[in-house]
Amino acid sequence: MNLTLHVWRQKNPQSEGRFVTYQAKDIIPDMSFLEMLDVVNQELIMKGEEPIAFEHDCREGICGSCGMVINGYPHGGHRGTTACQLHMRHFKDGDTITIEPWRARAFPVMKDLIVDRSAFDRIIQAGGFISANTGVAQDANAILVPKQNADAAMDAAACIGCGACVAACPNASAMLFTAAKIAHLGLLPQGQPERYTRVVRMVEQMDKEGFGGCTNIGECAAACPKVIPLDVIARMNRDLLVAKIKGV
Amino acid sequence: MAAALTLYRTTIGKKAVMAITGFIGYGFVILHMIGNLKIFEGAEGFNEYAHFLRTVGYPMIPERGLLWVLRVVLLAAVILHVTAAIQLTRLDWASRPKGYRETRRKQATFASLTLRWGGLAIFLFIVYHLAHFTFGLGIPDFGGHETAYQNVVAGFSNPINVVLYIAAVGALGMHLYHGVWSMFQTLGLNGPRTDGLWRGLAVLSGILLFLGFSTVPVAVITGLVR
Repeated sequence: MNLTLHVWRQKNPQSEGRFVTYQAKDIIPDMSFLEMLDVVNQELIMKGEEPIAFEHDCREGICGSCGMVINGYPHGGHRGTTACQLHMRHFKDGDTITIEPWRARAFPVMKDLIVDRSAFDRIIQAGGFISANTGVAQDANAILVPKQNADAAMDAAACIGCGACVAACPNASAMLFTAAKIAHLGLLPQGQPERYTRVVRMVEQMDKEGFGGCTNIGECAAACPKVIPLDVIARMNRDLLVAKIKGV
Repeated sequence: MAAALTLYRTTIGKKAVMAITGFIGYGFVILHMIGNLKIFEGAEGFNEYAHFLRTVGYPMIPERGLLWVLRVVLLAAVILHVTAAIQLTRLDWASRPKGYRETRRKQATFASLTLRWGGLAIFLFIVYHLAHFTFGLGIPDFGGHETAYQNVVAGFSNPINVVLYIAAVGALGMHLYHGVWSMFQTLGLNGPRTDGLWRGLAVLSGILLFLGFSTVPVAVITGLVR
């Protein structure tokens, strides 16, 4: 199949950037979206042009590196699918595809489709951890965790930090990401000692990074390749309000 | 107090203020709508209700006492709701300086995407509504609350007012369609078990309040109430 691509090209964070049109020829429907870009890049390299820069690592949907807005949807808009898991069979021969980087003030474009997501790292650093004693490792089964909490914590822990929630949000808000991290730790016994200081610090950092606020539209959860539910946000709101009532 | 201020500094804190003040407004519009429907009791019943609002609890509470307490609470709620909305909107707009060439949505509704514009429409309407029925702008022989029934009939004899009111309560219905659910989500009172309940309440509130409020102008213009 042959496709027309409109790709955002930007040399560095300071430069202006623009859309450039490329032809992707002889694409096999079984290829992943990133493999299709590999083919286009191979041709660009052969012609002596600069290949399209995009982030990728595991190519099996678990690392959170890849991410681009494909035809207006982060990761292409298929439920529970990252860009690397998106197959070309979802497109038709002759289709035109627009490819853009995540757009958010807190995610500056570094080059082409690569954005700087360090803001997420700083949110994690602000409180996304637990305290653990050193010394002899405790028996893993010594702390009981209710099954439903373990499941909910695991659902939240599935977050790979790709940033699709921010990209999809009309306000470029990082609430789903931050809330997923808070729910993941706050639902487990090991996360209790820092539960309320964690939410205060992580929310403070989230706001400081310049993400927008939440208007409860739900685009984040719809775009999340790990299908993290919106109710983690309600949980974070509750924890923050309780923290303030407790005077944390 | 310090905790409340540090809470307000966060986006979530501003939203909590919007949720609580929104809840006050939500309670108010429900009572307001029920009161409006007393128009069907006729002039005497409706005017008596207008009088009752000024004498609730008298003589224990001074005349118009409760009315003024409510007015102050409502005014404070509107000021806080609008202030937080403006501050949040500015933050939201600043968070994506460069937009997408193409944007598609999966989950958003017309109501959720136009919430702030609907809010602006409701705000402008409140100003007009107070000028109209509280201060008597454009109503001949306006007699304040003594002639509440006659004011309503005179006001809605003008089709322009009927259209304006129905459009405004339409905006209110849309605002509640997203806002009522949003209130519970923002205050952390939502979870997997309650989501359907609050969604349902929001849809029901939006539809019922729209219908309840529109009934009165429609009844006047069609001659059912005169």
